Amino acid sequence: METMLLNIGPSHPAMHGTIQIKVELDGERVIKADVEIGYLHRGFEKTAENRSYMQVLPYTDRLNYVSPLLNNLAYAMAVEKLLGIDVPPRAKWLRMIFGEISRITDHLTCIAPIGMELGAFTVFLYMIKAREFLWDVLDATTGARLTTSYIRIGGVKADVPDNFEELLKKALVEVRKAVKDVHGLLSKNPIFLKRTRDIAVVTQAEALSYGFTGPVLRSTGYYYDVRKAFPYLYYNEVDFEVPLGERGDNYDRFMVRMQEIEQSVRIIEQAFKKIEKGPVKSEDEVVEAYEAIKASHRGKYLDKKLELNPNLEGMEKEIYDQIMAKVPQYILPPKEDLYRTIEGMIRHFKLIMSGHGLRPPEGEVYVPVEGGNGELGFYIVSDGSDRPYRLHLRAPVFSIMSALGKMIEGHYVADVIPTFASINMIGGELDR
Amino acid sequence: MVIEKIAEKYSLNKINTSDEIPSFYCERGKFISLFNELKDEFEILLDITAVDFLGRRNERFDLVYLLLSLKNKTRLRIKVKIKEGEKLPSLSKLWKNANWLEREVYDMFGIEFEGHPDLRRILLYPEFEGHPLRKDYPLKKSHPRLPLLRPERE
Repeated sequence: METMLLNIGPSHPAMHGTIQIKVELDGERVIKADVEIGYLHRGFEKTAENRSYMQVLPYTDRLNYVSPLLNNLAYAMAVEKLLGIDVPPRAKWLRMIFGEISRITDHLTCIAPIGMELGAFTVFLYMIKAREFLWDVLDATTGARLTTSYIRIGGVKADVPDNFEELLKKALVEVRKAVKDVHGLLSKNPIFLKRTRDIAVVTQAEALSYGFTGPVLRSTGYYYDVRKAFPYLYYNEVDFEVPLGERGDNYDRFMVRMQEIEQSVRIIEQAFKKIEKGPVKSEDEVVEAYEAIKASHRGKYLDKKLELNPNLEGMEKEIYDQIMAKVPQYILPPKEDLYRTIEGMIRHFKLIMSGHGLRPPEGEVYVPVEGGNGELGFYIVSDGSDRPYRLHLRAPVFSIMSALGKMIEGHYVADVIPTFASINMIGGELDR
Repeated sequence: MVIEKIAEKYSLNKINTSDEIPSFYCERGKFISLFNELKDEFEILLDITAVDFLGRRNERFDLVYLLLSLKNKTRLRIKVKIKEGEKLPSLSKLWKNANWLEREVYDMFGIEFEGHPDLRRILLYPEFEGHPLRKDYPLKKSHPRLPLLRPERE
């Protein structure tokens, strides 16, 4: 039998993410597949060992860049566990809301290409459009669409803006509409069913042996969700279901993600009720920062509320306690204190200066959260200095990708790309 | 509990950590028999990684294995101390994803695994020299650009 060796990737129009699949073909059938990864390796772990704990946080945005807040969350929770900080309730609810928004964007980004790869380009546009509305919510609150760094060690960056409810409601309506439309377009579409049913089937035993977690494991019918098995934040107080698949094929992976979007919307709605009544802000007269500085040159202290930079809205001193833990030795002081008092300035610099900063006690910690693709955990070893001695990311995609070669064996070349899309590989997380 | 029973049987040393995950040090000699037994209880191998303690103690590396059991709703961390150049048996026969996880440890730390079916670099390219997550690997070390590979034409 004469076989042909075909390289798909690393730069291939159908590959989202740089990855190389070497397939050995008999006609159009894949006999053997070898997956080569590492094209996006940036040395995240090595870099993290040479940065202070606070400096690592922005790097975590770049891991899984379609659900950056979940990476922030896992990292912040790991460091908080090392430090022994407890986060105030409002911050926890905010973390939940934004975590679930990220999960939805992650799933939307995964489902969109599945449709596109099979020729249903409309699905792609619907899903990406819905995602834009969610990113508007993120944009208004965090100040960025993608690299948010919103969840900080000890709490969150800022409270939600005044028009948050309006934006969120609109986004959720749009998401529900997109999900409904895509259900109508794909779920019972005979072409879609023919192309996805019983393609790349993973049995439950295989899935466990390969270390699958998240939607890909649940699509085989195995009930495991970190949010249910080991609840963190307030996941044990909200009501949601864990959708399961039956056969573990491409269609089930698509379906589980679609249903999870609906569950995430439910969680957001319940969590939003808890934070709806925001903290009361005083209506005192505000002065611009330069006026306060001018007054200080004349030896006066203007005892008025300071007008904050629009980028800092939501982190005023009066509500700072509700979004950040009350441990002055570990969290940055509110900006009013920083710019107006010498104590605040000293506190700020003590946390920022190299060699000082956050210095957790010696120890090691592994904290998992349910990421978009499964169990996402940070393993941190601290030696008591201001830098992590060792930081390791347990990337859910890494274990799933190790099975990709096996999954596509025996199928047609045309099935390689949809299978690859259905496991939602994110290069940033896979290659670190 | 299962973990205590196994820990007693293999006389594992308990480690105190900052999280609630039960953690133990295992001796190299008992390694493979311990994991053969753990395989029945722990369905998922979550992670394999290593920590380099260069100049801090006699045995240079700690290999860290993280397991998850859904039957008993618990995670378990097993650590093994090894010296430079020492090898550990591969777990790729027990859990399939150990194949890639061990390749990553080999790539980043240069720790080899006995009986691994395909031990080569995974994240870095074959011509790369050194193992970047070792503590004696300089942060800003650069590598020469490789010549372009020309495909052979017939």
